[in-house]
Amino acid sequence: MAELMYWQGILRAHDEEMARDPLVFAMGEDIGVAGGTYKATSGLFAKYGEHRVVDTPISENSYTGIGVGAAMVGARPIVEIMSVNFAWLAMDQLMNNAAKIHYMSGGRIRCPFVMRVPGGTAHQLGAQHSARMEKVFMGISGLRVVTPATPRDAYGLLKSAVRSDDPVVIIEHESMYNLKGEVPDEEFFTPLEGVEIMRPGKDVSIFAYNISVHWALDAAQKLASEYGIDAEVIDLRALKPLDRAGIAASVRKTHRAIIVEEDEAPVGVGSEVMAIINEECFFDLDAAPVRVHALDVPIPYNHRLEKAAIPNAGDVVAAVKKMFGR
Amino acid sequence: MDATDQKRLLREMLFARRFEERCAEAYHERQIGGFLHLYPGEEACAIGVLEKARTGYDYVVTGYRDHIHALKSGMDPKALMAELFGKEAGCSKGRGGSMHLFDPDVHFMGGYALVGGPFPLAAGFAKAIQLRGGQEISICFLGDGANNQGTFHETMNMASLWKLPVLFICENNLYGIGTAIERSTVEINQYKRVAPYGIEAAQCDGQDIDIVMSHAEKAVNYVREQRKPYFLELMTYRLRGHSMSDSGAYRSKEEVEEWAQRDPIGIYKRRLVEAGVVTEEEFHAMDKSIQDEIENEVVRYAMECPEPRVEDVARYVYTEGGNNHG
Ligand SMILES: Cc1ncc(C[n+]2csc(CCOP(=O)(O)OP(=O)(O)O)c2C)c(N)n1
Ligand SMILES: [Mg+2]
Repeated sequence: MAELMYWQGILRAHDEEMARDPLVFAMGEDIGVAGGTYKATSGLFAKYGEHRVVDTPISENSYTGIGVGAAMVGARPIVEIMSVNFAWLAMDQLMNNAAKIHYMSGGRIRCPFVMRVPGGTAHQLGAQHSARMEKVFMGISGLRVVTPATPRDAYGLLKSAVRSDDPVVIIEHESMYNLKGEVPDEEFFTPLEGVEIMRPGKDVSIFAYNISVHWALDAAQKLASEYGIDAEVIDLRALKPLDRAGIAASVRKTHRAIIVEEDEAPVGVGSEVMAIINEECFFDLDAAPVRVHALDVPIPYNHRLEKAAIPNAGDVVAAVKKMFGR
Repeated sequence: MDATDQKRLLREMLFARRFEERCAEAYHERQIGGFLHLYPGEEACAIGVLEKARTGYDYVVTGYRDHIHALKSGMDPKALMAELFGKEAGCSKGRGGSMHLFDPDVHFMGGYALVGGPFPLAAGFAKAIQLRGGQEISICFLGDGANNQGTFHETMNMASLWKLPVLFICENNLYGIGTAIERSTVEINQYKRVAPYGIEAAQCDGQDIDIVMSHAEKAVNYVREQRKPYFLELMTYRLRGHSMSDSGAYRSKEEVEEWAQRDPIGIYKRRLVEAGVVTEEEFHAMDKSIQDEIENEVVRYAMECPEPRVEDVARYVYTEGGNNHG
């Protein structure tokens, strides 16, 4: 088993899929000659050429639509949007076309389209480079939305997304491209549905996704060693469709739930998970579920203000302690 | 073109007109719901252009005024009418409606409601054709109003940059709903707007099908042989309102009357009668047989075939096996 960085997992998935199927191609700004903002497509231009590793003009909506059109007639595009903030400009083609074509054609046209976007907050990039848009994508019928937290899943989710006949949005994280982790040497596929238990526990379920999985794991360690609280950490991973059964199963075991998200709370992942808990297993709860989330502000530039706006492992520990009355 | 083909073309245009007149009746009888955009006066555009393409082979896409493009692409009129009636036997299984007709079997790729949305899709079909090394071309029909969308400019740039085999047909009917073109657009000659993108273009009469066909033939051959985009602007006019709820207050009676004198069916019929290809009697017999066919075969079928099952409402959100991996 090799240790790879997150970006290397993505690169390996591209390379394997492009080598296997000549109709798999990548498109995006600066992904070809320049190798990609986060190196996730580096070396592919030299190997596969300009028709399959396409440097696009800065026209997010239309190159997304070109990917969608190509997917509708059998190609398998992997469209990279340089930053999730710019995906707002591509929402028309993504929501109105990619997400709806299979349904509104009565299942006659498939759209095996993949969009990859770096999401999340990095450091001091300001409000227009710090959007977290999971809530937007996961509200759209017909899309699949997945969020890799590890190099293994960065690889395995892209592999599955390319093979899926549905449109899939993969939300990566700007601060995680250099994260290291084990990735099996043999080919494998991370499922596009279902939660993963990252750390089993019996006292409280901590639901997280993408970077917040790491905050939750750090918090769980601290909760165990310092407070004797045995937290179960669940990586939601697939945000659309959400794994209702997987969420409920963990809550039935621990009877308590915390949801950790890097995003603002309103209309978000946390609210959705809470609603599911309410609908599926309300009477299994020993305490009201709690959300740990960003402040409802455009992310500020100033370092201290930015830090104050985004949650961290300490906030997760504090929320769990409070839930247990410690 | 021999007499048999000329008669066939006349019949196709008349069929289109009678078909849509029957749609309007069914709409008033509330058998058809939603938005209904009809094409009377513009028939020579879709029928003339597609007469010169390889239907069933080349890919065709358009907006919401899509009935006649679908028919000429080879869609069964029964499947079309059944779709308008919301039936399971409809071309989109009753999930699409008038604006979302699909028939991938004959490469008719839809039927889209968002003005300007299909531009990138058409370029995407061409991108896939290019990757496969195919000889098909992609044909995109849209209105004059669509050319004020960003997708128009973005797509023209990329289609030209990447030498994508797309034929753009602009159906310039001088209005976007109730706004006259000179009130929305600085350059009213649409074909001039692609010059900065290095795309060859022409403008011609869209009411005389012989003129449409001669320009379309050149355009189709250009795209097929040169493997790069071409833009053809057809000057036309819709004789009814934008959709069924249009008051028409924005156009003068005189203007509509003037264009009614240039009805494409009238122009072609007069020419064929003068040339001795059809007689008045034959024309009336043709009309009668068309109306009988529409009533006895098409409408009856649409009325009698079953609605979708309510249990199937969530079918087609995803493909079966869309979570497949490996
Ligand atoms: C993005 C978008 N904006 C507005 C509308 C509402 N709308 C529907 S048709 C139309 C006019 C389009 O005019 P044109 O492209 O010339 O086509 P025509 O209807 O004349 O054939 C408008 C504004 C829409 N459907 N989509
Ligand atoms: Mg118009």
